Amino acid sequence: MATDRNRRTADCYAVLTVLLLTLLAMNLLVGSTALPAGEVVDALIAGPKGGMAQSIVWNIRLPRLLAAALLGGALSVSGFLLQTFFANPIAGPFVLGISSGAKLVVALTMITALGRGLVLSSTAMIAAAFCGAMLSMGFILVASYRLRGMSGLIVCGVMIGYICSAVTEIAVTFADDSNIVNLHNWSMGSFSGIDWGDMGTASVTVLAALVCAFLLAKPMGAYQLGEAYARNMGVDVRRFRVALILLSSVLSACVTAFAGPISFVGIAVPHLMKSLFKTAKPLLMIPACFLGGGAFCLLCDLIARTLFAPTELSISTVTAVFGAPVVIGMLLRRKRGEMR
Amino acid sequence: MSEIILQSEHLTVGYEDKRVVEDVALLAEPGKILCLIGPNGAGKSTLLKTLIHQLPPLQGAVYLDGREMAGLHDREIARLSAAVLTGRPEPELMRCEEVVAAGRYPYTGRLGVLSPEDKRIVRESMEKVGVLALYGADFSRISDGQRQRVMLARAICQQPRLLIMDEPTSFLDIHHKLDFLYLLRMLVREERLAVVMSMHELELAQKFADFLLCVKDGRIDRAGTPEEVFAGDYIHRLYDVEHGSYDCLFGTAEPAAAEGEPRVFVIGGGGSGVPVYRTLQRRGIPFAAGVLPENDVELPTARALAARVITVPAFEPVTPAAVDEALAVLRDCEAVLCPSAAFGSVNRENERLLADAKEKGLLRTIEEV
Repeated sequence: MATDRNRRTADCYAVLTVLLLTLLAMNLLVGSTALPAGEVVDALIAGPKGGMAQSIVWNIRLPRLLAAALLGGALSVSGFLLQTFFANPIAGPFVLGISSGAKLVVALTMITALGRGLVLSSTAMIAAAFCGAMLSMGFILVASYRLRGMSGLIVCGVMIGYICSAVTEIAVTFADDSNIVNLHNWSMGSFSGIDWGDMGTASVTVLAALVCAFLLAKPMGAYQLGEAYARNMGVDVRRFRVALILLSSVLSACVTAFAGPISFVGIAVPHLMKSLFKTAKPLLMIPACFLGGGAFCLLCDLIARTLFAPTELSISTVTAVFGAPVVIGMLLRRKRGEMR
Repeated sequence: MSEIILQSEHLTVGYEDKRVVEDVALLAEPGKILCLIGPNGAGKSTLLKTLIHQLPPLQGAVYLDGREMAGLHDREIARLSAAVLTGRPEPELMRCEEVVAAGRYPYTGRLGVLSPEDKRIVRESMEKVGVLALYGADFSRISDGQRQRVMLARAICQQPRLLIMDEPTSFLDIHHKLDFLYLLRMLVREERLAVVMSMHELELAQKFADFLLCVKDGRIDRAGTPEEVFAGDYIHRLYDVEHGSYDCLFGTAEPAAAEGEPRVFVIGGGGSGVPVYRTLQRRGIPFAAGVLPENDVELPTARALAARVITVPAFEPVTPAAVDEALAVLRDCEAVLCPSAAFGSVNRENERLLADAKEKGLLRTIEEV
């Protein structure tokens, strides 16, 4: 019995890893400029300096696919942490307005900085996004003390998201700067335009947060039985809750800072992983969500880039098309479950 | 290790702006069940929350294993005391075995990975509580009775010396209530557990608790063995019973008697009258009953439901004088019912009542009333 489950877990991880590697390879090989596989491999071996093929592989495709994998993973883990915190399977950084809050503060900071001729460092971007994320999170926490039940919280989060997006739109509309096009693209969500410097900052932040999240797996497991039981088992609930909030905010802030708000990944991927692994154990789910989120975003980015090439879709458009049905399916199944 | 596992003196519990129960002195010993009873909202849950360290005491202190709880580390507390709470947790995709294994929390390492020894204790706990068959079952798909047992197994798996439970039997049907309490009794005896729990089922608290604390009006109104607490009409006062009565000897609750002068006379005895009394009470018809010896099995029911009961002393035969008194009442009634099928040496005299009713044409069946 126990070995059956271990077997299943191992199989699931193997499938996820193969999927992730395949998608990484596909993202490397497929693009608006047709490059034969041989040339891509050569360019990869030759290193970043050199001809056009090398430039495309090293400066465009590689950072983009690594960003998609890393940030997609971060977003799913952030969603999983929020779901644990609110004991609500449809909580996530996007629906709770946390991504939009981060987007708002980043946009305002960028407009202010650009107006003065300053260029924001990637660390400053993350800091701004984190402030925005915490701002939305503050509202959500206040609301969660007053609202019981999962739908109220979600409606509240969606509203916060709308308000933040509206304010961002206004700011973007009235900011007159040549960089506004860039800002507009970013505010729609995209993995393009991430350079190696950003990648370095993002990986350090995300990996550090991920390790911390993994170390919280034990109290998270206890917390799934509810706050009172967690406390009875010896969890320092107050410290645990603060840690959970900070980590999920850092993760989603980091994603928003570099790729803009991305919808549904934070809900759909954890749900898919729980269904695949048939468990919600945080110790297994945190790595699984990271791998799964990476694969999901790689697939979505591949579609966003290639479906109507050379025109690119925003990443949120694609994640919504794949993610929203998963969420709806989950809600329907849950309803049936309640009527059982 | 002291023999007293949990103790409190001059303990005041409540919330920042509200003192709920004051000056609580309690004591929990291994192998004993301490039960809190009292009206809704009296503060039983608040007191229990303080005892499991979820609420800080407003005054006084709680001593766990001889040490003040406020000074103990969370993990130490968790190794000494486990809880079964009122809320029904609904974790996603958790199997019963995983829920029980959560009880190993204070013993496992940084990542909470279970050792073979931990796994053995999980199985053993489930076996003790009789839920080993549910090992791989989905926790959200089992019945309430099973769920409560799994939560008990989880608490046992924590290997505590003290078990604190808030109304553990409230959602269970009578079969599962009895099963749960029987099991608890066994565990308490075999594992030398100390139990502190609250209950609303008085008749069960009376039978399963070793010691009772009655919480009322912000204090411990009375403390004692069930025999001491369930004496006289104390339970009526504890719960401010107005419409009805509670029989402490049998643990039965009865509704209030219909008001007014008796309209029906019931010649009962030996338990035969009880169904008739209940029917009349439900229809709101005031009635008289008699003549019953004081030790007749149906006397408590008759006392609770009848407007008037004519009795003779215990172990004495029915006397002609008592029957004369009954006849005076009977003649003012519209109908007479005689559920008593047989008359023996003790109640032979009651035959006169039956004869009189027949002669006056007052004898009816219950359907005709």
